[in-house]
Amino acid sequence: MQTPAPFEYERATSLAGAIAALKAAGAEARVIAGGHSLLPMMKLRLASPERLIDINDLESDLAYIREQQGEIRIGALTRHAELLDSELLAEHFPVFRDAEEVIADPVVRNRGTIGGSLCQADPGEDLSAVCAALKAHVVLQGPSGERIVAMREFQLGPYVTVVAPDEILTEVRIRTSPGAGSAYEKVERRAGDFAIGAAAAALEIEGGTIAAAGVALSALAPTTIEITRAEELLRGARPSEELFEQAGGIASEDCAPMADGRGPVDYKRHLAGVLTKRALRRAAARALQTEA
Amino acid sequence: MSVQITVNINGEDVTREEEPRKLLVHFIRETPGLTGTHWGCDTSNCGACVVLMDGKPVKSCTVLAAMAQGHQIRTVESLERDGRLDPVQQGFHELHALQCGFCTPGMMMTARALLDANPDPSEAEIRTAISGGICRCTGYKNIVAAIRWAAEHPATVEQEA
Amino acid sequence: MAVTTENLPSGEQERPIGFGRLKRKEDARFIRGKGNYLDDIRLPGMLHAAILRSPYAHAKINSIDTSAALAHPNVAAVITAKDLETLGLAWMPTISYDTQAVLAGDKVRFQGQEVACVIATDEYSARDALALIEVDYDPLPAVVNARKALDPDAPLIRDDKQGQLDNLASPTWEAGDEEAADRVFAEADVVVEQDMIYPRCHPAPLETCGMIADFNPQTGQLDIYNGNQAPHAHRTVYAHVAGLAEHMIRIRCNDIGGGFGNKVPVYPGYVCAIAGSIVAGRPVKWIEDRSENLMSTGFARDYVMHGAICAKDGRITGLKVDVIADHGAFDSTAQPTKFPAGFFHICCGSYALEAAHVKVKAVYTNKAPGGVAYRCSFRITEAVYLVERMVGALAMEMGVDPIELRMRSFIAPEQFPYETTTGWTFDSGDYANTMRVAMEIAGYDELRREQAEKRARGELMGIGVAFFTEGVGAGPRKHMDILGLSMNDGADLRIHPSGKAVVSLSCQTQGQGHETTFAQIVAEELGIPPEDVEVRHGDTDKSPYGLGTYGSRSTPVSGGAVAIVSRKVRDKARLIAATMLETRPEDLAWEKGRWYVKGDPEQGVLIEQIAARAYSGEPLPEGYEGGLDAQVIYDPPNLTYPYGAYIAVVDIDPETAAVKVRRFIAVDDCGVRINPMIVDGQIHGGIAEGIGIALMEVITFDEEGNCLNGSFMDYLIPTALECPDFELGATVTPCPHHPLGAKGVGESPNVGTPPAIVAAVIDALHETHGVTHIDMPCTPARVWAAMQGRPEPPQ
Repeated sequence: MQTPAPFEYERATSLAGAIAALKAAGAEARVIAGGHSLLPMMKLRLASPERLIDINDLESDLAYIREQQGEIRIGALTRHAELLDSELLAEHFPVFRDAEEVIADPVVRNRGTIGGSLCQADPGEDLSAVCAALKAHVVLQGPSGERIVAMREFQLGPYVTVVAPDEILTEVRIRTSPGAGSAYEKVERRAGDFAIGAAAAALEIEGGTIAAAGVALSALAPTTIEITRAEELLRGARPSEELFEQAGGIASEDCAPMADGRGPVDYKRHLAGVLTKRALRRAAARALQTEA
Repeated sequence: MSVQITVNINGEDVTREEEPRKLLVHFIRETPGLTGTHWGCDTSNCGACVVLMDGKPVKSCTVLAAMAQGHQIRTVESLERDGRLDPVQQGFHELHALQCGFCTPGMMMTARALLDANPDPSEAEIRTAISGGICRCTGYKNIVAAIRWAAEHPATVEQEA
Repeated sequence: MAVTTENLPSGEQERPIGFGRLKRKEDARFIRGKGNYLDDIRLPGMLHAAILRSPYAHAKINSIDTSAALAHPNVAAVITAKDLETLGLAWMPTISYDTQAVLAGDKVRFQGQEVACVIATDEYSARDALALIEVDYDPLPAVVNARKALDPDAPLIRDDKQGQLDNLASPTWEAGDEEAADRVFAEADVVVEQDMIYPRCHPAPLETCGMIADFNPQTGQLDIYNGNQAPHAHRTVYAHVAGLAEHMIRIRCNDIGGGFGNKVPVYPGYVCAIAGSIVAGRPVKWIEDRSENLMSTGFARDYVMHGAICAKDGRITGLKVDVIADHGAFDSTAQPTKFPAGFFHICCGSYALEAAHVKVKAVYTNKAPGGVAYRCSFRITEAVYLVERMVGALAMEMGVDPIELRMRSFIAPEQFPYETTTGWTFDSGDYANTMRVAMEIAGYDELRREQAEKRARGELMGIGVAFFTEGVGAGPRKHMDILGLSMNDGADLRIHPSGKAVVSLSCQTQGQGHETTFAQIVAEELGIPPEDVEVRHGDTDKSPYGLGTYGSRSTPVSGGAVAIVSRKVRDKARLIAATMLETRPEDLAWEKGRWYVKGDPEQGVLIEQIAARAYSGEPLPEGYEGGLDAQVIYDPPNLTYPYGAYIAVVDIDPETAAVKVRRFIAVDDCGVRINPMIVDGQIHGGIAEGIGIALMEVITFDEEGNCLNGSFMDYLIPTALECPDFELGATVTPCPHHPLGAKGVGESPNVGTPPAIVAAVIDALHETHGVTHIDMPCTPARVWAAMQGRPEPPQ
């Protein structure tokens, strides 16, 4: 069986302690939470951190889903299984349940965390697209305090984020609003696989008009990609099948997929359109409470 | 390099000097008598290594032994208690839910956790619950049936002499 | 507590004495986590091996520097080709009379090829040391596409072989009558041609391959622990390879976590473990990781095929096939010596053809060697896929229902025994009956109505049909051998004084339930409870010689051996019974478990009483040697020919092209079913693997020869969510020449499932999108491309 290279290991007992440990260890340290992205990379020896800071004991500080100040706030150590099961989340942002039902498998979902998923910044990862469509913000804690970053600015490239070596992503914040609906659509080669392509859509519909819109794609560009032209098209328009079709067309044009074992570029562009349209259709139905 | 790691496995503390990189699946398997937990891939796709950690199924090839310190681990060897088979074990036998037996411990532990959380699962719920495991022999049909059997026979089964 | 079958409750089960649904004896240890698989074994002083593999598909090796690895404190030895040369182990024979480098010395010929082996105190250190070995390579252009392997400018892969000037691995092999086929085609009303590929896939048993070798320099004894499907044949190979005396080699296969053909060949890692133990003087364990398994050990299929089929007067009359077989860098394809394309020429299928002609040639490419039968009897999977796809294409061209065309063209029951146009003698069958049973279970006509309704609504639903005849149970000594070893199997049965029995087998279970099934055969034949029969296998010191388990040969060959050895014991028992009953043997009649006097059924003796007598001081028949044992070698007179009718129902998302298998109906005729529960289980597993092959399992390479499916993240195996609740049916046509009327079943579902699913996908898309063919795997991207009118074979 593949085994990781040697490293030093410490368990953080507090968030401040974890940040201090990261600062002390320098660039060769990594935070480990669920470990389901990091450990396979270490076994393949594609990652060889010298030190792991285990933050799993910080559950009481970092594992929660709560409503606060007009936002849903999700602690970074919240596991996929908890995101899937959360009624609060399903009520406000059903896109999470859609996505969580198709993220990896139920056993992996018992370990993997939202913070780990976002920080891994795998272009095929699902929650990054979900959070991007929801216009979420993330809280980063470092030695000199916290900063809040919009999802739009979070990823710098494939597997690269703005999180500094001595920072920890601690929380995801999403503004709630009445009239919101959201959905996630994914096509995969097999249950549990990363997406061939996936689309997250979030709409706020006020008085029959789309007041706010978010569309983001997974696995259809080198990073998670927001389809801003589609969002602009949607804002201020009345929801309709034609509109969603048009938004899908924009997604097909604006995505930037690469050919790989999951499919060629033309198929992925086609998927971008289909999945964007479907996600918008469901998001609208949920916002209007007309979902079948 | 080595550190002392204590993991509670099946109710007993197991303490050894190990490198921090020691994977939980290896830590378990190197404990005398506990080779029932298997491994079949390197990428947490196959589920042969599933054990329960604080009652929830996890893939022990993707957990460090050091990370399991302070947690309760349950392996396949804990299913039979005082000579009584767990209904899941019994169901697997009754309905021919195993052939080569290699995925069986992981499947059974996943099933045990499912039934603990949901004593009356539907076929769809069972299929979803075991979808993190690969069985190359059974096509899953009898595994699904065996877990239903276990749901319908919840009391631990009296063994014949 | 001790793990015994007696600890298991019986519940409501019936307990047949003989054939019937008997729960498995082997479950007792497996459900308790007390199986004994290779990695569960830890010998005192055992070292661990890890293998450095080539990152290139084709490259010259300039130098290998192992000094840093050797300096690692936990490393005992590092072995390279140079070291093996001094032991005479640098190259090994393959099962196809080719040679394969154990460790590459001159150059590497596929990505993942074995280059060096580290022996260390533990697995983690051994793997650490791999990173310390420096190999200087000069990359060479790689041959990846089998169709281009024989191009004049193709780089020569096997420059190690004297006289090898191109990449031809084996010359064109033919079956059937080309002239006759040409005539039939010339007279035909309809001719259809189709290119297709059966892509490379991998058996990927859940337990990977490995070995523990324990060489004792004092005694010269080599003890091997190794999960393989043919332990006796492996022992003979090691005797040849290592120059060790065969009687000083003992191979023990304990529990095996699946094989499916992957554990048939001898792999370089095994030879490295043996060499490591000889060098280190201690036991050495080597177990490959999943990537090593997928990238270097026996793949399956990889047949590039062109078919032509024709019909006259509404019936199928002829078939022509031209195949390029991709054997990878070393020819280690598994088949009997006289059959370089295995049993591919059974591709005339289940049909009464007037003529057929088959041509197969094999090429070397810079890919992993293999060509093992992934749950398939020697290329029958490829053959059935070819003919069933061709029949489907022909039906489409003729505008005839695919079942109707098959019904018109089947070999009729009264035609058996039937000599096929390519030389097989099918012994029995009633194909139309089995097809009808499948149609009834499926509700075929209703499905066609539903399909039409859905099509009208823009929904895509497909119904696919496949009918197969397999030839399994290789095989007759006069026709079949592997490496000169006849494909026969032994059985050794001992009845103890208490009437309890031990039967030893040469076949090797990998999960098929031999401990139960073979006990039931003895139970059926002798009338003692199967619980009283212990089945021994997997230890070359304790079992008779034989060629192991693959090609669905356990029941056809070893099952025949066990039936006959039981009858031998029964005949001996008759002699003793006659003495006990003070009558003549010919005056006795048999009923299950007992000989009695004809005409006086009260006068009889149980097999247990006879056994007690056999070992007692009481008088025995004159000339009788005592005891109640027997031994046989079974040489089957012919293959057995199981067949089946499969129907798949799929739904395809019209926009995303994702395929969902909604229903799967399998009606198998495998003859007499010894344990119907185990038979059904075999079929379930094979269908799941067939679904995998049809929809997702594939090994592909990029232009440089990099393997793109080297882990379970990219070699996708169906989960419970991709498999429907299979619907099984059965017909029973006993095999006329098998002692039990059984035919073997393990591989049938893997043979029949892929063509049924592909046919269903095409059926869903034909009317609306004009699709007439699609190659496997039917992934969403590939199905979508077919819907756009540009289907492409997988690379």
